[in-house]
Amino acid sequence: MSDTSMIGTLRVKTGLAEMLKGGVIMDVVTAEQARIAEDAGAVAVMSLERVPADIRAAGGVARMADPTIVDAIVKAVSIPVMAKCRIGHFVEAQVLQSLGVDYLDESEVLTPADEEHHINKWDFTVPFVCGCRNLGEALRRIAEGAAMVRTKGEPGTGNVVEAVRHMRTVTDEIAWLKGIRGEQLFAAAKDLEAPYELVKWVADNGRLPVVNFSAGGIATPADAALMMQLGCDGVFVGSGIFKSGDPAKRAKAIVEATTHFEDADIIARVSRDLGEAMVGINISDIPDSERMQERGW
Amino acid sequence: MKIGVLALQGAFREHIVSLEALGVSPVAVRLPEQMTDCVGLVIPGGESTAIGKLMETYGFYDAVAQQHGAGMAVWGTCAGAILIAHEVLDALPEQRSLDLMDISVRRNAYGRQVESFEADLDIDGLDGGDFRGVFIRAPWIESVGEGVEVLARHDGHIVAARQDDLLATTFHPELTGDPRMHRYFVEAVVGR
Repeated sequence: MSDTSMIGTLRVKTGLAEMLKGGVIMDVVTAEQARIAEDAGAVAVMSLERVPADIRAAGGVARMADPTIVDAIVKAVSIPVMAKCRIGHFVEAQVLQSLGVDYLDESEVLTPADEEHHINKWDFTVPFVCGCRNLGEALRRIAEGAAMVRTKGEPGTGNVVEAVRHMRTVTDEIAWLKGIRGEQLFAAAKDLEAPYELVKWVADNGRLPVVNFSAGGIATPADAALMMQLGCDGVFVGSGIFKSGDPAKRAKAIVEATTHFEDADIIARVSRDLGEAMVGINISDIPDSERMQERGW
Repeated sequence: MKIGVLALQGAFREHIVSLEALGVSPVAVRLPEQMTDCVGLVIPGGESTAIGKLMETYGFYDAVAQQHGAGMAVWGTCAGAILIAHEVLDALPEQRSLDLMDISVRRNAYGRQVESFEADLDIDGLDGGDFRGVFIRAPWIESVGEGVEVLARHDGHIVAARQDDLLATTFHPELTGDPRMHRYFVEAVVGR
């Protein structure tokens, strides 16, 4: 029977993302933080050398984490571990796959390694998640083999406004595709700069073909529930947890608000006495050249 | 017939769609009182630790045990199979299970995501040939007690089992579009 066995199929790649739905994926930089995240009910952790807020503050070139940090986090928890590689840096991806990471994030939070090409993600057994600001960008990443997408938001800001903009854009564009006629889909594919077959699939099914999480600026339980009500499948919280006053309590509160995203009484209860939230940044205060969401093509 | 699908986290929507296709009206269960009058409950795949913690916070451990005692059938897929097991191997120290079914389940038994796989399964009680099993960071059932019927194995490991009104599968029928496992739960387990 085992001769029918196949690893690395699209279905097991997209399937892991299906299992993460309704959950919170948390950025962590140490084994200790990873355990706090797991205890709080995170469905996965993103192993990093620095959270986006610190990457933003430090400037310079941001790269994949030191394998020692990734190893320590992989050993510390039993939930899936994700890690970020630079856009287009397929060798960082190969290294992270060899470390046993469960999902790779080809991420605009790190400094891009290639300004024209993303990684050919079909070459890998490990699945990839990629960022998007709109439907065309999501479908280009899926065409390259991404098994999950996330709207980008603006990482490291604690400001949800860009996450909202990107989620609404994707949702509106899907609604638009559903409403147009067959021959218009060819022009839509051209406008979206995405493969016709994927554009047609979205028009026929009224949704993305893979799971879509929200990322980039979520800092409170209400932020997480807002993104869920806007239609995402789950949330990434980066700097918002471990840059706050009481990470364990805030992490658990965000997990509960993500599950009970339509229950205002529960969101109100878990939002009480969480201590200091991370200090946010207004998007207009960030020079265009430092906006991470502009990275990716 | 009211069948609940535990909707705290994970692939609950796919179970709801699969059950709707069989003409059952499933309900998404986020709070224990939403299980009232349910004759069956599906605990979906997801992260067993995350689902378990939310179950604890919202009082599901006692509520599910109580309703199962009153006749509600329960089906656990993947993380759900872990949550209904008597014993969980490679669990977190404080990880709690519902302890409903006399099986011992090993978490992440095949390894990490790069070992996730699909394979054809020959499942007792399902007509129509092999069933495509999708195994994602899957557990396996290491051993079963008396009164537990083994329904399927893969490479020697138990991947599906039944004990009266309890069903455990370590793979994901809800991701395949094949309705037979859901029909088996509704007709043979809930409707026993």
